[in-house]
Amino acid sequence: MQGFPLGYRPVDEGGILKPANERIHGGLLAKVEEISGEKVFRCMQCGSCAAGCPMHDRMDISPNQVWKLLQMGEVEKVKESKSIWACFSCYTCGVRCPKGIDLARVMEALRQLLLRKRRDYADGNKIPEETLREVPPIAIISCLRKLSG
Amino acid sequence: MNKIAYYPGCTLSNTAKNFDLSARESMKALGWELDEMPKWNCCGTVYSLASDNLINHVAPIRLLVRAQEAGHDRLTTLCSMCYHTIKMANHLVRKDPDKLEKINFYMEPDPAYKGKVEIVHVLEMLKKDIGFESIRAKVVKPLNGLKLDCYYGCLLTRPKEAALDDVEQPTVMDDLVKALGAEAVYDPYLTECCGSYHTVMDKDVVADKAGRIIESAKKKGAEAIVTSCPLCFFNLDARQKDIAAKTGRAPGLPILYFTQLMALAFGLGPEVCMFDLHYVDPRPLLKAKNLM
Ligand code: SF4
Ligand code: SF4
Repeated sequence: MQGFPLGYRPVDEGGILKPANERIHGGLLAKVEEISGEKVFRCMQCGSCAAGCPMHDRMDISPNQVWKLLQMGEVEKVKESKSIWACFSCYTCGVRCPKGIDLARVMEALRQLLLRKRRDYADGNKIPEETLREVPPIAIISCLRKLSG
Repeated sequence: MNKIAYYPGCTLSNTAKNFDLSARESMKALGWELDEMPKWNCCGTVYSLASDNLINHVAPIRLLVRAQEAGHDRLTTLCSMCYHTIKMANHLVRKDPDKLEKINFYMEPDPAYKGKVEIVHVLEMLKKDIGFESIRAKVVKPLNGLKLDCYYGCLLTRPKEAALDDVEQPTVMDDLVKALGAEAVYDPYLTECCGSYHTVMDKDVVADKAGRIIESAKKKGAEAIVTSCPLCFFNLDARQKDIAAKTGRAPGLPILYFTQLMALAFGLGPEVCMFDLHYVDPRPLLKAKNLM
């Protein structure tokens, strides 16, 4: 199997060659790729996404590490991180990525994995009344649409 | 008088009436009526990035159907979030007829969307339909001596499918305020995010992010920040209270919508600007500059 980079090395499963990302973690990585529409192995770890991310300081796993961990099959680790909730889809990482891949979409996919299992991050009932009164409607709607299922 | 179909969205009909009214009036002064759609719904505010679920695109597409029904081929809006969401959803269904068909099936008995309506931001109209020279010609009270930081935020310029200008170095608002007689200062934070919807769950993040933007604007000598988004406006304006609580220093920098500046420069008076809706009162600054 020489000549394949680590993540791409196909394995023989009953005569069918499958790329690594389809067999890792019961297909969870394939699910991330399906929801996001991005191919995680395209990331070359240049770090541009991390350099431009305005929420970098609030993340426990930095943007380029998200890609790297996914490439290593560590979907669970990324899924349980603070980073996926810190990301507010500002699209900076995507427009600056020299490979043209979009972390905002991967972050959304990771949030979706949890939201679709009813693991909400925001609870509309717990927003203080004072906040409800002062913030514009677009803030509440976008918060609940992004952070709850 | 030219006419264009106008989608105000929920926030311009609610906390951002100052943006809505100043826009309608200043566009009228430029010969354009913003003709509010008789029927509209919330656009959803955020464009869903999950490619396997189309339900979140129904709201913006339904809006485009409403415009199509009324025979419009263009629809304008002001809120950055509405503009972004509608434009991205429009782009999605135009490049993927399969997805459009699925959404159309779902929306029945609404008529099918044909993908022909163009969504344009008022800033694009100012640049392309009207032109900065014509705008300059309408100015009766030039904003001379006013130093402004034009802040674009995330959604007007990113990603490139949604961008109304350069993704990294937009200039359309700068060109506008210059045409109105003001001075535009360059601020590297022009497209940095203000903290967005985290303002609901975590004021502290917004105090940080918006605080950084305001601080940078002040360092560059700006006397006010100009915006086109009601959420950026809230985070930069009202959250100055939280910035003060966190840092012990109140920035005290007024935040203005670009449409309020047009209204002032066109001599429409402060009434259409509704400055009483601002947390940081811009009136002392505007009075000092003889603009009201
Ligand atoms: S900018 Fe693109 S290629 Fe570079 S680390 Fe980020 S995702 Fe990978
Ligand atoms: S979209 Fe998310 S990950 Fe990308 S730069 Fe913005 S906050 Fe960071």
